[in-house]
Amino acid sequence: MSGATPSQTAGPFVSIGTGWDSGAGMAGEDDLGAIVVTGRLLDGGGSPITDALVEFWQADPEGRFPPECRPGWRGFARVLTDDDGRYRLVTHKPGPTGPGNSARAAREAPHIDVSIFARGLLQRLVTRVYFSDEAANLADGVLASLGSDELRSRLVARRREVAGSLGSGPRVPPVYDFDIHLQGDMETVFFAPW
Amino acid sequence: MQPLPYGLADRYGPVFGPACVGEGDSDLTVGHPGEPLGERIVVTGRLLGPGGRPVRGQLVEIWQANAAGRYRHHADRHPAPLDPNFTGAGRCLTDDEGRYRFVTVKPGAYPWQNHDKAFRPAHVHFSVFGSSFVERLVTQMYFPGDPLLAIDPIFNSVRDPVAAARLVSRFDLATTVHNWALGFVFDIVLGGREATPLE
Repeated sequence: MSGATPSQTAGPFVSIGTGWDSGAGMAGEDDLGAIVVTGRLLDGGGSPITDALVEFWQADPEGRFPPECRPGWRGFARVLTDDDGRYRLVTHKPGPTGPGNSARAAREAPHIDVSIFARGLLQRLVTRVYFSDEAANLADGVLASLGSDELRSRLVARRREVAGSLGSGPRVPPVYDFDIHLQGDMETVFFAPW
Repeated sequence: MQPLPYGLADRYGPVFGPACVGEGDSDLTVGHPGEPLGERIVVTGRLLGPGGRPVRGQLVEIWQANAAGRYRHHADRHPAPLDPNFTGAGRCLTDDEGRYRFVTVKPGAYPWQNHDKAFRPAHVHFSVFGSSFVERLVTQMYFPGDPLLAIDPIFNSVRDPVAAARLVSRFDLATTVHNWALGFVFDIVLGGREATPLE
């Protein structure tokens, strides 16, 4: 038994209350070092989940969280999925982090913690995005705890270069693709938030 | 489901300063040409962390249907009228006692297609941030004495009756404003552990 207020579903109209401009995204598209993380939220049948709230929590590029982080860094952004179930986050790649000075805790590879709120979910789903171009993934304790390469791969966003992101000319942020499957054979790994 | 990564219980909650919340954002009855139809209500309460410590200066967001039970959203097309004087979204920051306060109108019951004659009990959606990642909570506030509570599958997904009772607001005469609005109190306790038992 818990003394806490229970969760209830966010419902189909979550955008009414959360769609205001909270400073969406943690970077501008033109910012030096900006990246894009994008993907679709899908149900067990592969159908898009529209109008869902996806929240991103991460460290700054130096691996620090508020209040020790760079000035002005909130480390939080939210995106509502579109008619195709797609979310798109513009941010800076987080630095590697560590959960403090505990001797038992290894350094964590760069990652973004994700919460998903949608109709049909009585409480949020929690997952985590890693990056395919990070050797640190091999030493990450959470990834290591997952038990198979298949499960590990479901938490790794694949880097995709886009025209203009290398070389001269206007800078285009590199894109990391990360679809999220709520159920089914390709179900993303979720973490129990208790 | 995997256990939550170590350290997230200590990992911060985002800070939304006063710049994020405007004057009037906590009053859902203003900002339109006229006043909305329905029973004006004051909804207030305290946001508390584990152990009862107040969560100060933190963001609370709400959204709801209008008094007829219609949401101002493209996906709600059911035959109840929209109110040109009501949008149904609000937000505020808690004060030094962890207290929030909204003025709104009581939402009507909202029909959904879950089963025959399914109507959700009147409810206000709440989204709150605590002091850490694990304290994030999205929930719904209900009204005392609502006959639909007994047959609502979402409310009844909470099997522990003590926990479920925390979702129901309390009519409060002290919060009631003479000649103007009924008052309801809804305290929110953040667990550090999510409090909904799985079905």
